[in-house]
Order: sequence, then C-alpha cells, then structure tokens
Amino acid sequence: MTKYSALSVFRHALNGNKNWARAWRDPEPKTEYDVVIVGGGGHGLATAYYLAKEHGITNVAVVEKGWLGGGNTGRNTTIVRSNYMMPGNTMFYERSMKLWENLSQDLNYNVMISQRGQYNLCHSPGQMDAARRRGNIMRANGIDAELFDRAEVRRRLPYLDYSEKARFPIHGAIFQSRAGTARHDAVAWGFARGADSHGVDILQQREVTGYLWDRGRITGVQTNRGDIRAKKVALCVAGHSGHLAKMAGLRLPIETHSLQAFVTEPYKPLVDTVISFGAAHFYISQSDKGGLVLGGDLDMYNSYAQRGGLPIVEHTLASAKALMPSVSRLKLLRHWAGVMDMSMDGSPFITKTPVEGLYLNGGWCYGGFKATPASGWCFAHTIVKDEPHEDNAEFRLDRFNRGYQIDEKGMGPQPNAH
Amino acid sequence: MKRLPTGGRIDRTAPLKVRFDSQDLPAFQGDTLSSAMLAGGVSLVGRSFKYHRPRGIYSAGVEEPGAIVHLRDGNRHEPNARATVTEAFDGLTATSQNAWPSLGFDIGAVNNWLSPFFSAGFYYKTFIGPFKHSTKFWMTCETFIRKAAGMGRATYLDDPDHYEKCNAFCDVLVIGGGVAGLSAALAAGRAGAQVMLVEQDVDLGGAVLSDPVSSDGDSWVASALSELEALNNVRILTRTTAFGAYDGDAYGLIERVSDHIKAPENHQVRQRYWLVHAKRAVMATGAIERPLVFGGNDLPGVMLAGATRTYLNRYAVLAAENVVVATNNDSAYQVATDLARAGAQVLLADMRPDPSEEVVKLAQQADVTVMPAHGVIQARGGKKVTYAMLVPVDVTGRAQGSPQKFEADLIAVSGGWTPVVHLWSQRYGKPVYQEDSACFVPDAQEGQTLQGAGTAAAAESLADVIAQGFARGAEAATAVGHPDSVGIIPDAFATGPFWQQGLHPAWAVLTPQGKTQGKAFVDFQHDVKISDIDQAHLEGYVSVEHLKRYTTLGMATDQGKLANVNALSRMAELRGKDIPEVGTTTFRPPFTPISVGAIVGHEHGRHFRPTRLSPIHHWHVENGAKMTEAGAWIRPWYYPQGTEDLTAAYIREATHVREHVGMVDVSTLGKIAVQGPDAAEFLNRIYVNGWKTLAVGRLRYGVMLREDGFVMDDGATARLGEHDYFMSTTTANAAKVLAFAEHLLQTAWKDLRVHVTTVTDQWAAIAVAGSKARALLTQVSDADLSRETLPNNHWTTARIGDVDIRIHRMSYSGELAYELYIPAGFGRHVWETLYAAGSEFDLRPYGTESMGALRIEKGHVAGPELEGRTTMKDLGLEGFASSKKPFVGSVLRKREVLEDPARPTLVGLEVEGDTGAKPGSLLFSLAGEAKGHGDGWVSSTTYSPALGKNIAMGLLKNGKDRKGEVIRIVNFVGDQTLKAKVVSHHFFDPEGERQNG
Amino acid sequence: MIRINCPVCGLRNETEFTYGADANVQRPEMGEEDTQPWVDYVFNRENPRGWHREYWHHAQGCRQWLVLERNTLTHEIGSCQLARGVEA
Repeated sequence: MTKYSALSVFRHALNGNKNWARAWRDPEPKTEYDVVIVGGGGHGLATAYYLAKEHGITNVAVVEKGWLGGGNTGRNTTIVRSNYMMPGNTMFYERSMKLWENLSQDLNYNVMISQRGQYNLCHSPGQMDAARRRGNIMRANGIDAELFDRAEVRRRLPYLDYSEKARFPIHGAIFQSRAGTARHDAVAWGFARGADSHGVDILQQREVTGYLWDRGRITGVQTNRGDIRAKKVALCVAGHSGHLAKMAGLRLPIETHSLQAFVTEPYKPLVDTVISFGAAHFYISQSDKGGLVLGGDLDMYNSYAQRGGLPIVEHTLASAKALMPSVSRLKLLRHWAGVMDMSMDGSPFITKTPVEGLYLNGGWCYGGFKATPASGWCFAHTIVKDEPHEDNAEFRLDRFNRGYQIDEKGMGPQPNAH
Repeated sequence: MKRLPTGGRIDRTAPLKVRFDSQDLPAFQGDTLSSAMLAGGVSLVGRSFKYHRPRGIYSAGVEEPGAIVHLRDGNRHEPNARATVTEAFDGLTATSQNAWPSLGFDIGAVNNWLSPFFSAGFYYKTFIGPFKHSTKFWMTCETFIRKAAGMGRATYLDDPDHYEKCNAFCDVLVIGGGVAGLSAALAAGRAGAQVMLVEQDVDLGGAVLSDPVSSDGDSWVASALSELEALNNVRILTRTTAFGAYDGDAYGLIERVSDHIKAPENHQVRQRYWLVHAKRAVMATGAIERPLVFGGNDLPGVMLAGATRTYLNRYAVLAAENVVVATNNDSAYQVATDLARAGAQVLLADMRPDPSEEVVKLAQQADVTVMPAHGVIQARGGKKVTYAMLVPVDVTGRAQGSPQKFEADLIAVSGGWTPVVHLWSQRYGKPVYQEDSACFVPDAQEGQTLQGAGTAAAAESLADVIAQGFARGAEAATAVGHPDSVGIIPDAFATGPFWQQGLHPAWAVLTPQGKTQGKAFVDFQHDVKISDIDQAHLEGYVSVEHLKRYTTLGMATDQGKLANVNALSRMAELRGKDIPEVGTTTFRPPFTPISVGAIVGHEHGRHFRPTRLSPIHHWHVENGAKMTEAGAWIRPWYYPQGTEDLTAAYIREATHVREHVGMVDVSTLGKIAVQGPDAAEFLNRIYVNGWKTLAVGRLRYGVMLREDGFVMDDGATARLGEHDYFMSTTTANAAKVLAFAEHLLQTAWKDLRVHVTTVTDQWAAIAVAGSKARALLTQVSDADLSRETLPNNHWTTARIGDVDIRIHRMSYSGELAYELYIPAGFGRHVWETLYAAGSEFDLRPYGTESMGALRIEKGHVAGPELEGRTTMKDLGLEGFASSKKPFVGSVLRKREVLEDPARPTLVGLEVEGDTGAKPGSLLFSLAGEAKGHGDGWVSSTTYSPALGKNIAMGLLKNGKDRKGEVIRIVNFVGDQTLKAKVVSHHFFDPEGERQNG
Repeated sequence: MIRINCPVCGLRNETEFTYGADANVQRPEMGEEDTQPWVDYVFNRENPRGWHREYWHHAQGCRQWLVLERNTLTHEIGSCQLARGVEA
C-alpha cells in the first residue's frame, strides 16, 4: 500500500498524477474463504479490516451487491457521538468514539473526524431532567458531557430562535464536545483500502442470492456470479438484514424503514457544530463544503424504496426554520433517503445466530454510522471467538425473550418510534 | 458585448435600475440579471468553488454553474442566486461572492496555481497529522478549509417575507410550457380534463422564446395560448417550477410570486408552494445543451451556443463580435447564422468531417466560415477569452495537426443535448441510454402516470415534439375518463435545425496523445477536470457514485445538469465500456434548489406545531400565571405573587393546599368514554387490575401495561352506568392509549361490544384539594359531599349555578380532594364561580410545579417514573395486578430480566442538608468509586413543605432492602454530591388519613 | 404523499393516518401463557421486500384501523379494508 501523505501528494503532482495506485484491488474471488462478509458498507469493511488487523484473519472476502459504501454509509448525515445511557450501549459507543479519534492515523486515510461538538437541546424542565440523567451516566463512564442552561446555549448558539415566537422555547442543552462529524464516504474507502492492504478481497457488483448448506450449517454464499464457500458467513447489510436472514430461515425483530436526509446549497460557515432539536426529530450541521446537512425523520411506514415522501420533507424543513429562522431564504439542494434496520428496542445486534455458521450485524436503526469502527471491531471479535466481547455482550437476538430491552428512548417495541 | 438597437422581447420603454457590485447595468423590463450583465459588458461574474478561477455567464437557464451571485441585501439577502434566471427588476442589487478581497483580485485564486496538489481525493491523503489519538491537526486545517469553501455568504437575520402552501387537484399536470407542453395541454384541455400547465419561465414558449421575435413559432405559441386561455378547465401557472415528483402522484411546485420585484407587495407572499395531486402528468421539460470539453473551457467568454442565441433573440444582446462556434451537431448552425446576421464575425468549427450540405449552406449564406473536422482544443485568455486554438480533429475529437490561433471573445459550444428527465427519474428510477441521440431518456412503461414528451423524451423533430405532446396529453385525458375529441393536431412551424440532428457524440478535443491542452473542465462550479476523472479511475473509484463522491463531480448547485453525461463518457472510455454499462447516478429532488421558507409556509414560529389550550387557559394568563409546555399543551406552571420565583411560588402553593384549599386545572388529562355491554371485560383486559366488581357510582385507579409488559400509563376510571365508563389517562399518553384501545378492539378483540371515544376536549377538569375542599364545594354546589355519602373513590353528579357537572372524589395530592368534570364550554365559568366563592375559604389556584411537589410527597408516580423502561415491580405497583386473569402484558412482564430482584425499584430519598437534589442525578452507595451506571437514579425531586426537607424519588437497585441506608446522590454535570437516606416513597400521610377524611 | 382509500372517508393523504404494524402477525389469545408466541407477536417480523399487509390507523379521520396492502419497494397501494371486516 502506498502511504498517503502531503509529500506523496506532492510527488505525484510533479508526475502529473499519472502514477497513483488503486486504493483497493478488483480481484477474482477464491473458491473458499475463512470468512465471507456480506455487505461492503462501512460495517462490513470495518469488520474485514479488524479481522485482519486484530486477529490476523486475512482469508476474507467482502461481497457487495453494488458499489462499496453505496448503502447507508454513503447516505447518512455523518454524525459521530457517544452519548448513550443504557447499559449495553454506553461503552460500546464510547469504544467507537475512541476508535474514531485515531481512525485517520490508523487507516492512513483522512476520514475527517471533526469533533465540533453536539448540542441536544431541551425544551421543557422534564427534558432537562432526562438530559441530566444521560449526561451523568456519560460522565460516570468517563465520557465527556456538559449541561448548559438557556443563557449558555444562547451565548454559544446565538442564531437559534430565543424569541417569544418560538413554539418550544430552549431551556438548555446537553453538550458532548468530542462528538462531531466524519466524512462518510472516506470511512468506507479508508476501511476498504486498509482491509485490501491486508489481503482481504473486496468483490463488488456481486449479489448474494442464497446460502450454501451442509447438514444445517451454512458453508458459503450463492451469488449472481457464482458460489463462494466460507467457513463463516457474516451479514453486515443493515436495511436488508431481514431479507438475508429470511433466506436462512430466520425472522428478525427488525422492520425496514426509510430515513430522509437533506443538504442545502453550500454557504460560508454558519453552523460550526451539530445541533439536535428536542421538539422534533431534526438535527443540523454544516459540511466542510458548506452545505447545511439536515437530518429528518423516518417516513414511518416500512419501506425499501430509498426515497423519501413529501410529508417528512415539509416536517424537516419546518423544524429547521423553527430552530433557526434565518434558514428560510437558504435553498434546499438535494434530499434522499436510506433504508434502515429499525429494531424493536432501537438497539443493534452483533451476534451469532441460531443458524450455525451465520453471524449477524444489523438493527442499527439510524445510528449505524457512528458505530462503524466499534461495530467492525466487536463483530470481528465475535466471529473469531464465537462469543461476544463485553462491549457487545447484550447485542443478542434473544434479548427480547429475556426481557433485556435496550431502549434509549423508552418508546417500547415500536420500531418507527426509536 | 452590446445591446442591439432593435429586437428582443424586452420592453425598451421600461428601463430598470440594476446594479452588480459597483456597476450600474443598462437593463429593461424583460431582462434577466445575466442579460443585463452582458449588455453592460460584464464578463467576470464569480469565482469557482475550489480553484477560485474566474467564472462568467455560461448559460441562459437553470443549469448555470458560474454566474452565481448574492442578491438583494439586509434581511432579504439571498446567496447563490443564478443570474441567468433572476428577472431584472427596478432596484435590483447583486454582488459577487466567493471572492476576497475582490472579484477581480481574489486571493483564493492561488489555489489555481496549486491545483496539481489539489488533485482528486487529496483531502483524504493529507492533513492526517502526526499525532496519534488526536483530531486536532485535521481540525486546525479544517478551519481554513471551511472558510475557503462554501459559496455565498448567508445572513443570520430573520426572513421578513411570507410564504404559503396550497393544495391543488387536477386530472393532468403538464410540466413545461414549451411547444410539447402546450400541445399536451391543448389535447387534454380540449378533451375536457382539468389541466394545470406549469412553466418555470415568466413566459410560455420554451425554445421558441430564443427564436427571433415575430417568427413563425411566436404565432404558433400565441395561437395555442389563446385557445388554452379560453378553456376554463385549464389553469396556467408561470414562474412555477415543478421541483419534485413523489409517491401517490403528488408533485411539488414552487411559484415565485414576488421574486421579480424588489419586495413582495403588502399582504402578498414571496413564494407559494403548491402540492398538486395529479392523476396523470406529462413531463415536457425540454433539454439542456451540453458543453464541449477542451483546455480553458471554463474561461468567461465560453458559453453554450444555444444561450448566445437566447441572449441575442430574446434580450437583443450580442454577446460578442468575434465568435468561434464549436459543435458536434447541427443545432449550432442556427446559432452561428443568427449571430452573423446580427453583425458578428463567426467561425464555425464542426468536429464532424461531413456536416450536411443543408446546414453548411445555411451558415455560408450568412457569411459564417465553416471548418469541418475541426475543434477548439483550447480557449486562451486571462479573465476572459481572447483566443481560440483550433485544430483539425478526427471523429473522436483527437487532434490531427497543430493548433491554429484565432482571435475570439466568445466561444459558443454545443456538445449535444441532455433531456431533462429529473422528475421521471425521481419517481421511477434510472433513465435508459438512447444510443442514437447519445442521451438518457425515460424508460416509459405501462402504468406509469408520468410520461415524457418532446425533447425531454428525445423527440426527433419539431413535428415529433408536437405529436408527442399532443398524444401524451390526449392519452392522459382518456386515462382519467375524458375521451372527448381532441380535435386536430396543430401543424408544425418552420424552424432551424433541430437539436439532436446529426449529432456525433464526440465530447472533448484532445491532443494526439489524448491529453488536454491545459485544464479542461467537466464540472465548472466544482472545478472537476478530465484529469481528476482519470485519476479517480486510476485509483479504482470507477463506479459513477464513487466518481461523483471522490471528485465531487455533479454535486455543485447545478447538480451535474451540465457535467454528468460528459463525465460518464470519459469513464466509459477509460473502462472500455458503453455508457449504459457505466450507468448514471440517481436524480434526486429538488430539480432546482428551493427555498426552505417556501416549503415551511406558515408553519413556523408559534405555528410550528398546534398548541392545545385548556378551556380555562385565558383565565390563567389573565391572572399572571407563568405557563409551561407539556407536550402540545400549555399549562399553568405557577402563579407568582409579587416578585416570587418558581421555588418560592411552588412552596407557597403546596403549603397552601395542605393548610387550606387549592384548585388546579387538570383539563389536559386524557378522557376516554368506554361504552358497551362488554366494557367491563375490555377494562379487565387492558388494565392490570380487576374491573368486573366495580359498581356504578364508583371509580378506581388502574395501571396499564404495554404489550411487552412495561408500564404504559395509569389513571382512574369511573363507572358511570351499566355499560358506561369514563377513563382518564395521563396528559402525555392520552393519544397513545386511545389508539392502542382502538387497535385492540378493531383487530384482536372484535367480538367485544365496546366503543371507545375521546372526550378530552368535551370536559374541563378542576381538582379541588385541601382540608376545606368539602366545605367549599358544599357551599358552591348542590351536592351532598359528606364522607358517608361520597367516600373516596366515588363520584356524584352535581350542579354549580346552572351547570351540570360531575364530582369525582379522588386525590392526587393526598389531601381531601375532588375532581370536577365540567362541560368544556362552562369550564372557565365554573372555575371563576369557585374562585369567587372560595375567597372565604382562602382558595388559591396552584400550578403544575406544586402539583408535582404534592404528588412526590405522596409517592405517586408520574412521567419521570413512567419513562417506558419501568415495570410494575420497579414502581411498587405490583400489588394492583390481578392474578386471576390475563391482561395486556401479563406474560411478557414475567421475562427473566424483568423479574430480576436486583432491578432498581422505587424508593424515597430524604436528602441531607439544605440543598435539594436534581432529577437525573445518579445513586451510589457510600463506599466505592462513583462510576459506571450507578445503583440507580433520581427521578423526581422537590422541597417538601409538609416535611420541611428536601426529598426525592428514585429507582435504586435492591431498593426494597435498603431502607435506612445512607447513599450518595451524584450530579456530575452540576458538580454536586449529596447524601440521602433511603426511605419509603410514601413520605407524607402514608395511611391516607387526609384523603379519606 | 401516499394516498389511502379509506373505506369510510374516501381517498385521503397519508398525513391523516398513522402507520401501525404488520397485519399478518396474529395476536395470541388472551389465555396464551407461553412466552414465545407473545415474543413472536410483539417483536418478530417478516419484513418483506414487496407486498405487505399492514395496519394503518385513520387517526385524523374516522379512527378506524385499516388493513392496507402496500408494496414496500415501490409504495404502490393495493386493497384497503376495515380491520374489523377482515377475517383473522
């Protein structure tokens, strides 16, 4: 692997940028791998990378039906944070944050981790109390969190609506300074390049259509371009987990929903942090290019369509103006949607399945991006050891039978409410 | 550049004051900002995104990548306005953007010289920094990158303008008012369908508007228009862009009502958002001309050929006098001819070796020099074009000799045309590539309610445009039940060479070695060069999505309207594949950028969400209550006396209730009428406790679980009659409980003869609490409220004045208390009657804060405890559950983790010292480090006036066994550690003597 | 903007409705005491790509729960009936 650096960019520039090597190979598949990972998004590629780097398992293929990073990795709003309060979640997401903080160096690929902080606004005394509980759990677990009152939020974010007109006045906010954003595509590409350099085969344009079986055990995958045998098959196909699990005879506690995202035209810096509205499902940040990135809500009904409906467009833009009135004259450039694995408690799965040889990473709801490094790290551990790491110990499929619901919002078994 | 003395579609009797930076422009009504700029000799309009290269006017339409400016100022300031679609108005001010200190001298242009280092993906390879586990280095670099990036500067000022949304319904929506759209509207309109015809331009006519005034096209359009205007089933909207096609045949339109004037007139909106439900739609959106790619092809003075003709014929502006036209198709011959006739020296370089005699003759008759098998390999100049380097080329655009220098101040380019298929693609997915027209077209299928017509569907001639439009319009009308006669199809009119005629899909001019002569741009705004595409290919970013994301191609404000096909052509060449194999990216709404305010309409500020008000609301406000949000409701929080703050007020109010009597507005409680012969059975199933024995005249507290066995809600239900129950829910869960009840009754328990109806808004509710409550209500009503007649958990009807009400004896405060249910319209009247009569009992109103203090003293659970993750056992409510019957959640509540005896359970906490605890603090035992998730958490806190100390409720591991233990309460985010004794959460009057008294 | 043909109210915008859940999942009988049927009912889903029978609630209309056929890939709408009238 060519090391990337300012110097290498300079040297290549002098040669007219004609000698760059491929970031990852386009290999012919072998007939058998130790592990076949289904899904070449951030989670699948991270799993491959950590299998190779942490466990020395390099006879690995990542099978992707389209182009890598083309699912939710390339469609999300790029937020990175570790403000989770439920046991089972807290330390997993903090592991992810720690991996993020060194990811560019680790991958020798600038994934543009920008710890510009995130504010979760509160609009009632009750929300302030809930935020305090979350902040205290974070702090007690060694994660940074601060609780700000209205005056302090106003000092820091003067462009929000503090007027009498605001339907939901801002009472305060909980702030995580280490939260922020990353460049989503770069995460997929960086992990791909890293995995490839360890010998992992990345097989794009290859769709898994079924499994190979031997006496009740999965021993590989069938694809539209031939069979590939594998000792272990690992699913990283959030959004389509139900579909691929069904081929293996499993029913999952997951529904697929589409989530919308929005970007405005690019402007000079306006919003230098991430702000979550507490009165509607909405958050805003600004990309390095200058576009305001708006996160909206689910369309609320099961969907695999990867396109959003008008009601949520209206709802999201109304939230934007309610929070920050001056966006009114700014222009929406593009809106799109990704399909989410919405699990029944809002929390994910990184686990063995009841089918021998099949491992599942899914159920990310709309929080999968921030989890990418830890998800790969923990999934690699689970695949190799055949048991979870303590950080993903509760991300099991049988937790609903046991009553261990990891419900950050307290909404109950209603997937579109998480 | 000059304005011609005659011609054009401008009103020379209406001159306008238009200013760009410090220059006044000679503008007339009918101009756009860009035509005024050209007339005023402005060539440098902006700077590109990355290299800050000079940018001029490249097009005459929505696809404009370069002429992007700040418009207006103050609170109407608008960044990133496209000058080409900004109608000129009197008093228009525009300024250049993305340049510092000035447009002419922009420091950022240093990036241009460094561009070899800013190659594709260079951000990903650099700025990583030397420090492990730190993002500081990148973030420092990022600060500068962020400042350099972005385009226009936005303001933090509130938008002073209004917007509105309206819904419309029609049979046939025709999008695009050019010849195809007019034909479609004519056919559908004649057939009797309800038609909406929308056009983004101010005028109808489409491409005809770029023909000379009084051409045959004008009379064709005029005739079509006059017929359409006479049809009262046809509605025409101009200045209206269809930005999106959505599920359910919904289309989003933005009508720019007032953007063509300085400010909206009084009571008028700036823009109107139309949500149109159309049974069928015809997409007659035309086509956009494609650039040719060669060195320096981004210099001001390089312009789309069709645009130069638009400026000439529509705005009477001759963009230059020394013109080189470069083309790969016939359409540019008409451009060259028109420019030459207007007085320009025109040289036409045609990449094709054998253009048809017909078009060559047309050009030569106008003194245009035609050079077949020639292309422009480079445009030269500083901040604008001064020379064109022409070179003989083969059919692929490869140079076959040495370049020759020609003086030129305008290079007009035509690389073919791209149908505008955005709306179709938003709805139905990726378009298909049509080889002979070298473009993507809709993949028309049976059952699609949106069909392309005209050049948007790659029509081959003007007659075909009319035929397609007419046919699609007629078919749409028939499909929606209007098979009436559509009459005779309009004749075609005489026009120049049609746009895709003779197209040869060469798109770039390269040296014999296949290199560009200088920087050759594919995406003008984002500065993506051929070499960037080549590099992306080298590095394996070969799928169209990787290419787009790695190079940022097609992600600028024009969203690739100009760049995409050329980029695909290059990638296809590099990969040795056909364009269809390479594929295209997905088209996403909106078609052109839309302002946020337009979609929001009136739903901002106070109207962002509906507000629910109690029938007594205005009394609270008039009497000085401080109000607070409770979901959609606004409720009285406390009633300050003098300068009292919240704390002083709630302590006083709570004390007053315990010592005298108070009343609180509880109208927000959810109220559900449960009626029918099986109502008791229904309650028995949905509540954990038993209901079969509840007699008429009594009421009972009940607990409800979710299906998964966690507590959902609690409240009291009264039996009003044999088959008639009155259920109350918490304010927060009212809607959820009702929907859940309806779901169970309509899907699972269909055999139960029960009906549930919300009556929340039908009843005002007032709780009267305190030792004097009975005396007060006895005086003011006709009811016998004696302890014997109306014990706790009973209800009676009563009259206060002329109003029939119901009095439920129940207590949330722990005092002797009654809830009065009053028909909503009389709520305030009864409240005021009580208030007046109450003066001799020292009755005072109290708010939600003191109501909370009173309930905490009693240990009642509320929202903070019913937080969706707690079980009956956790909350000490287990005793309510009946063991004799199944109920919702009765099985799943027994799952192993939920039965774990170590789960946090509800306890009371007596806080040591004078400082109260904060809800959300964590609980830890005295020994050991305070870390992890702790032993539990504090849910509710208050100062207890009755006990004279700070108390709290919380959930504590093994809570039942820890009574008497002193524990720590830690509020990390408030830097506070307290000690507290674990006690029963029934702090005050645990025997209930007061409420039963 | 999905439009749903409510048997009571006629063709209305999706904004008047709330989505419920998969309508193929059968609620166990009240007397069912085993955990697994309840876990299946409350948590596990078929989650198909394609046609889906699902509950919608006309919350801003007639308050009826409906069984709607809808394609989760294309958002096409099929039949719509009152949940009460659908055979279990």
